[in-house]
Amino acid sequence: MSAQLLEALAAALNDGSVETVDLTHTLDPDFPVIVLPPEFGQCARFRMEEVSAYDHRGPSWKWHNITISEHTGTHFDAPAHWITGRDQPQGHVDEIAPGRFLGRACVIDCSEGAARDDDHELTPEAIAAWEAAHGTIPPDSWVLMRTDWSKRSGAAYLNMREDGAHSPGPTPEAIRLLVEERGIRGFGTETVGTDAGQGMHYTPPFPAHHTLHGAGRYGLQCLRNLDRLPPTGAVLMAAPLKIRHGTGSPLRVLALVPRSTDNGEATA
Amino acid sequence: MTDPISPPPKKNPQARTRTPTLPPLTRSRAALGLTAAAAEGRFMLQVCDGCGAVQYPPRDACVQCLSTALTWRDVTPAGRLIATTRVHASPDPYFRERLPWRTGTVQLDAGPSVICHLHGDCESGARVRLINRLDKAGHGVIMALPEEATPNMADDPQLREMTADPKHRRVLITDARAPDAPALAKAMLEAGASTVFLGEAEGWRPWPGREALAAMEGVSILPLDVTDTSSARELAGEIGGKTDILINNARFIRPGGMFDRGDTVFPGREMEVNYLGLLRLAQAFGPAMRGRGADGVNSAAAWVNILSAHALINAPDHATFCASQAAALSLSQALRAELRAGGVKVMNLYVGPTDDDWHQPLPPPKVAPAALARSLVAGLRDGLEEVHCGDVARDIAERWRRDPKVLEREIGQEGLG
Amino acid sequence: MARQPYDGVVLAAPHTEPYQRYSTETAHWWLARALKGTLDAAGLGPREIDGFSVASFTLFPDTPVGLTQHLGLCPRWLDSIPMGGASGVVALRRAARAVQAGDADIVACVAGDTNRIDSFRKLLSSFSRFAMDAAYPYGYGGPNANFALLTDRYMQDYGATRSDFGRIAVAQRDNALRNPHALMKKPLTLEDYLTARPIAEPLALFDCVMPCAGSEALLVMREDEALRRGLPCARLTGSIERHNAFADDPIQLRGGWAMDADELYAMAGCAPGDIDLLQTYDDYPVISMMQFEDLGFCDKGEGPRFARETDLTITGDLPHNTSGGQLSAGQAGAGGGFIGLVEALRQVTGRAGPTQVAGARRALVSGFGMINYDRGLCSGAVILEGAQ
Repeated sequence: MSAQLLEALAAALNDGSVETVDLTHTLDPDFPVIVLPPEFGQCARFRMEEVSAYDHRGPSWKWHNITISEHTGTHFDAPAHWITGRDQPQGHVDEIAPGRFLGRACVIDCSEGAARDDDHELTPEAIAAWEAAHGTIPPDSWVLMRTDWSKRSGAAYLNMREDGAHSPGPTPEAIRLLVEERGIRGFGTETVGTDAGQGMHYTPPFPAHHTLHGAGRYGLQCLRNLDRLPPTGAVLMAAPLKIRHGTGSPLRVLALVPRSTDNGEATA
Repeated sequence: MTDPISPPPKKNPQARTRTPTLPPLTRSRAALGLTAAAAEGRFMLQVCDGCGAVQYPPRDACVQCLSTALTWRDVTPAGRLIATTRVHASPDPYFRERLPWRTGTVQLDAGPSVICHLHGDCESGARVRLINRLDKAGHGVIMALPEEATPNMADDPQLREMTADPKHRRVLITDARAPDAPALAKAMLEAGASTVFLGEAEGWRPWPGREALAAMEGVSILPLDVTDTSSARELAGEIGGKTDILINNARFIRPGGMFDRGDTVFPGREMEVNYLGLLRLAQAFGPAMRGRGADGVNSAAAWVNILSAHALINAPDHATFCASQAAALSLSQALRAELRAGGVKVMNLYVGPTDDDWHQPLPPPKVAPAALARSLVAGLRDGLEEVHCGDVARDIAERWRRDPKVLEREIGQEGLG
Repeated sequence: MARQPYDGVVLAAPHTEPYQRYSTETAHWWLARALKGTLDAAGLGPREIDGFSVASFTLFPDTPVGLTQHLGLCPRWLDSIPMGGASGVVALRRAARAVQAGDADIVACVAGDTNRIDSFRKLLSSFSRFAMDAAYPYGYGGPNANFALLTDRYMQDYGATRSDFGRIAVAQRDNALRNPHALMKKPLTLEDYLTARPIAEPLALFDCVMPCAGSEALLVMREDEALRRGLPCARLTGSIERHNAFADDPIQLRGGWAMDADELYAMAGCAPGDIDLLQTYDDYPVISMMQFEDLGFCDKGEGPRFARETDLTITGDLPHNTSGGQLSAGQAGAGGGFIGLVEALRQVTGRAGPTQVAGARRALVSGFGMINYDRGLCSGAVILEGAQ
């Protein structure tokens, strides 16, 4: 039975009836990262240093040394990233069972609200509305908050003002609903964090980090192409690098989706 | 009076850029004392510890009493111009390209006669003021100036060979976000710079003051992140051929002793910005500047590093910052040697605590951005290599010269504040 | 203590190897040619001399020691004279004393240099430490710039004009036109002199010597030796030498001769008025003018008037630099320190040919050399008398 299933999947991937959508931003030195007050240590920006390029430094090969944080670019947050998750079993990326990196995804479209309001919130009401249309979120699902924020670039992405960043995210109630009542595996966003830009002003501050990781769940951030996923029915693959005691990892996030009739593109 | 120099015409794309040639490079070890004094703009000659006789040319023994205890000391920079000439023929390639060249004999009030460069406004027989400046070879040379300032004096072609005057030159300030950037940009424009480029890292991160800076006439803000090799290279690709003066004001500083955090996160960043940043800029911009050292009125002229006075000695309450500054200082010496072939000067501007967020709890005196900018412009106009800006920097330098070991112990207790 | 006269010592066998503007040959080649010339003139072979004196700037990496092996000589007395324009006078003084004392029987004094393209610039660059430290970085004019400065000062202090210097140069060119080996072969008018292109103001083209390749030589021996060999010869009747004179003068307006000229004439038993011809060191006319003054031909500051009022040509009142001197014959490096001496020897022995001064019996030859920083440091002079 499983063998047939995989055979069928392979065939579907080959013939294009199952498409692979890349949910990853390109690692680029200029891609924004989260910015903390300057007295704190900061997230390392992505850097790439050419070691040789078929030249006097190495005649036949080209390669780079790269510098990166666990939390640079499209990345994975493990439970150990947050203080609430510090004692979670399998809280580091190297400890998580590999099966946890693949799973179904539910995509909640908040793009209209985010277009109107930089501080747009994902609320329990919005979740209820989505469930009314698409059914209850199944346990152990990835829930992805689509805001189309990934289409922003430059200063508009962090959207930093004097009082901090302004970008959408879940309310404490919404994330508690997802974690405690729906039992989701993790939560993903298109912004630089799983929390709203102003998330420090909620109680608890940074509710997504607080609640997700405190419950041993995962975060995905800086996703893109969420507008190419169906509300339900996509399978997500998000496997972090196996970093010893790592609290997160840069990712290549892929989604398998059934070919849609109105979207003939292959991958992006 | 001197004819004012005109803004250079746009570069003729069909004309070959003139290869820099240098005046004579060889000096005796004793004569390097003049070079060392010129690096700080001081008019110093050897004075005999035994009999007080002032010596020139530099010697290994006193011309009066044969004592070998000769010390470089500041002497009165004045004398009378007793003979002049204008050289029209020279076998030396550097001077051949710049003939005629005016020199003279000055009888110093301090005693000896010196053969020296002559400012065009010096009249035969007149009293003159003497300066000791670095020539294009980076050696101290003596030049006579009129006793009283004359109009457009700095535009004298021979004097301009010894200076890095910003007038008509294009300046790159590497960190637009730094607290001193607005003052530096303003000072450069007021000193006659034709363009001020400002490097901006992480354009996705807004910062106060950007609009005001961008609105200044002659200013243009361009992407540059000194921690990113490709960024430095890309900007050099764009403006490397028209960067005549580069001012590296990029700096990362976090207070703290080496045990306070107990990690290398900030130290790493300090090295990335303060040391490797300088290296990246040098590799990206250095070769083109060296190649343009003789490119007319707006030839490449100087590279300026703004360094902490504590590059000379470690203040343990800013341990890793000081270490990164020491690394930058060391690298600046290599950069100076590399750029010498183009006659491009490397000036280190040493400052004590600056009046900004990172020194906020420290007591005065602190260096205000405008004061730093004034020192920088003055240093460029005098073509200096070492400038100590503010009381703290001067104090540290003086104490360091006297006894580095004593200073280590003192600063070890005093720290930065 | 009174100085010993140079009794019993003579100079003979003058030889000038014709100068060339540039040469692909080495200093060794030029010195060998001069040595052969003087030996041939005396009918001697190279092993028959036992003293050897050399002045040259371009022998590097060799020294006169290496030159003995190179040229197959076996002297028991060897001297090196690194004194440029004073080398002839100094070489002669030393050789004469060696012969007089019996340390050597026959001393060959040779001087000369080669001149390749760019060798002048290279010579300058390593000439002296003070020049390297304190002169060349200032326009790199070489001696031209130094002498421009002191000419400027001399003109200011003594009212000399360019024409006064021009008279010296023009007279020497007249003399040179009689010397088939002089490099300068065109007549020079005062007008040409005054309108020439500037080199280092106030100096212009005809104030400056032309560096070239060439060499000079003569022999010093006992008078009886010369007579036995039938060689025309001259006696050395007086000499002076001085270094770093008047060091406190802020700029050089006089040379060491002014300290020692009285002694020179006392030793030779004559006065300036007894001199039949004068060979000054003429790297620039101003230096010749200073020698007129410092050697007593006129008072200090009277040089300009003296130059105006004196005919300095071969047939004139005081024949001066009769071969054309360095200004018109060329400056062959250290050979320039010998040009006047060798010519004077020819003159007082009546063997000067086309440049011969009628009745020349007594000549004064002065030397000047080594612009270490801002002035020439070495000065010297000798008086020669033809032996009858």
